[in-house]
Amino acid sequence: MIQAILVFNNHGKPRLVRFYQRFPEEIQQQIVRETFHLVLKRDDNICNFLEGGSLIGGSDYKLIYRHYATLYFVFCVDSSESELGILDLIQVFVETLDKCFENVCELDLIFHMDKVHYILQEVVMGGMVLETNMNEIVAQIEAQNRLEKSEVSVLGP
Amino acid sequence: MCRDLATEVEKLLLQPGSYVRKKAVLTAVHMIRKVPELSNIFLPPCAQLLHERHHGILLGTITLITELCERSPAALKHFRKVVPQLVQILRTLVTTGYSTEHSISGVSDPFLQVQILRLLRILGRNHEESSETMNDLLAQVATNTDTSRNAGNAVLFETVLTIMDTRSAAGLRVLAVNILGRFLLNNDKNIRYVALTSLLRMVQSDHSAVQRHRPTVVECLREPDASLSRRALELSLALVNSSNVRAMTQELQSFLESCPPDLRADCASGILLAAERFAPTKRWHIDTILRVLTTAGTHVRDDAVANLTQLIGGAQELHAYSVRRLYSALAEDISQQPLVQVAAWCIGEYGDLLLEGSCEETEPLQVKEEEVLALLEKVLQSHMSLPATRGYALTALMKLSTRLRGDNNRIRQVVSIYGSCVDVELQQRAVEYNTLFRKYDHMRAAILEKMPLVERGGTQDEEAKESKEAQLSEAALVSTEPPASKLLDLLDLLDSSSGAAQPPPPLEPSPGGTLGHLLDLPCASPAPASVPNLRVFEREGLQLNLSFVRPPETPALLLITVTAVNTSGADVTHFVCQAAVPKSFQLQLQAPSGDTVPAQGGLPVTQLLRIFNPNKAPLRLKLRLTYHHLGQSVQEIFEVNNLPAETWQ
Repeated sequence: MIQAILVFNNHGKPRLVRFYQRFPEEIQQQIVRETFHLVLKRDDNICNFLEGGSLIGGSDYKLIYRHYATLYFVFCVDSSESELGILDLIQVFVETLDKCFENVCELDLIFHMDKVHYILQEVVMGGMVLETNMNEIVAQIEAQNRLEKSEVSVLGP
Repeated sequence: MCRDLATEVEKLLLQPGSYVRKKAVLTAVHMIRKVPELSNIFLPPCAQLLHERHHGILLGTITLITELCERSPAALKHFRKVVPQLVQILRTLVTTGYSTEHSISGVSDPFLQVQILRLLRILGRNHEESSETMNDLLAQVATNTDTSRNAGNAVLFETVLTIMDTRSAAGLRVLAVNILGRFLLNNDKNIRYVALTSLLRMVQSDHSAVQRHRPTVVECLREPDASLSRRALELSLALVNSSNVRAMTQELQSFLESCPPDLRADCASGILLAAERFAPTKRWHIDTILRVLTTAGTHVRDDAVANLTQLIGGAQELHAYSVRRLYSALAEDISQQPLVQVAAWCIGEYGDLLLEGSCEETEPLQVKEEEVLALLEKVLQSHMSLPATRGYALTALMKLSTRLRGDNNRIRQVVSIYGSCVDVELQQRAVEYNTLFRKYDHMRAAILEKMPLVERGGTQDEEAKESKEAQLSEAALVSTEPPASKLLDLLDLLDSSSGAAQPPPPLEPSPGGTLGHLLDLPCASPAPASVPNLRVFEREGLQLNLSFVRPPETPALLLITVTAVNTSGADVTHFVCQAAVPKSFQLQLQAPSGDTVPAQGGLPVTQLLRIFNPNKAPLRLKLRLTYHHLGQSVQEIFEVNNLPAETWQ
């Protein structure tokens, strides 16, 4: 099961934070900070798996991260998930983002936070992997967009 | 809420829209986690859901089935029937050609494959039949998957884990181990990490297979990557056995010198443990521990010092060798505390061997007495030394006073300086040793001779104290002649059978006058066992109290402190207290603090009795007092009643 998904930039500013387990606010921020410090120390040719810090729930959890340009994508998972599989999942997520926003960059995550959350919700629901097929996800998002547009036109003047 | 909505979710599971259905499946998983009783509701639809074409739903269904099987063994049995179906699904996935829809870098839907493999693992564990059905499929997946990309590796890895966990054919297991070996040699760090983790899981069951990959694992130790080296360390420690212990310890020690600080403690204790289990010779063992102490002294566990001293004590032929090595190590560096402690102890014990000059196993080392003393003094004065270390050094200095041939002025000087040290422990020791020099010089050689080999399990200092006390009381025994006749009637009264072998006769307290109270203090064991005090005798103002201590480390031992208090107006003089116990006990009486109990609640006279009760027999104690009080000579013999049960149980 996935405990948390964190996306932050090279300076530690969180761009997307999603916890699938209940933590109070300060603990959440502390987790983000700690994870950033742990991940920043890693060189680029080292393996992408880290034993988690003590906060996010003990020895069973590990951090699996990928570094893309200015962003770190970190998934905190427990032992029931395949590590290499999660690496692929991060790749799928990023490629989906790329398809939905052409040539996605950090600014897209800042200004279209809601869309990013919708996409994430299609991929991971309640800490478990829901859909891994990129085309499916993109199709759903487009259906959502169409629905939105049609509603606006009904309510508009 | 889950219970209310469970039926709704079940209905949604069968709805036509696939979008809704896949979400419903995952909701079901969460519900089962929250409320396990609902699993019954979701069992039947699973079989139907497995026929789905839509991969998203399939993924969710597999997760649901996995969750159900993990929760209840009944569900596990139920789902064993679907193993053939799962096998079929996986086979279609693997054999169909390139389909753009679900493939990730050339592998068709690796996520689904991984999930199915995981479920097969759970279903096939400890079940012959299911494992057989899976065998061909696993072999097929293992050989056909493209390993150039991460997705393929993920599938392959999961296959290997499944092969190891189910009852697969021997050939298949060999294949799995070989695949893991290939993973280890891969350049990609992630793959190596994952391979090391799975090898660690396998090392218990397939030890010999994993041994073949030992060189690669050792190479991974040298990686700069922290996660990787941690995994490699754990695996290497698990792989040490009697045939490769020398080579492995060599590697591990070079790793210890360069590893990051958080791994040091684990590495050091791991090496020490491995050395203990597989040491080929004692000398090698001592060398290894010495090397670990020099490199990572501050990170070893507390009992490493005790273990090493016990080891050295036991290896008689290596005394000269070890004391020389330790001396040279100490001369270079006095900052590593465990090393300093062991070295100080050794120099104290075997100082004469150090000065002898020749030893065939190390280069000849000419050491002069002054150098040894100077080194110990340096340790004493250094601000890096812990109080415990200083205690070791002081005791070592004292022992050297009998071992060295020169005069002891320097030692006496140091000891008297520390008599006024701020640290209470050091001060106490120094004052005792001072007294030893001044008043008990004749006993000094006996007390400070070589220690007998200590028992495993006791701490070093406690054993030193106990053996010292034993020697102190034995020395007192030697210096007096116990009048056996007077006491025999006491013993007769206690023994039910007369004429049996006598227990050790109680000692006449030494007539050496009042000794300092300080000498009594080290005899009193520090361990508190709460047994109530007992007032056993009262006559004309003279009261006798007994207080009991049962040290927890030695349950057969009972320490009784006899305290005599005088509240009358006249002094009690020539006070002598003797004791007797039944045959099965051993009694040692130590010298009392004095023989005059001053009047009006003055300083009481205390005396310590040590009773050793190995059979845990009920304790009986008879006391005999003789003293002069109010112009009369008094003799009292009485048995102590109401001894609390905790004193002998």
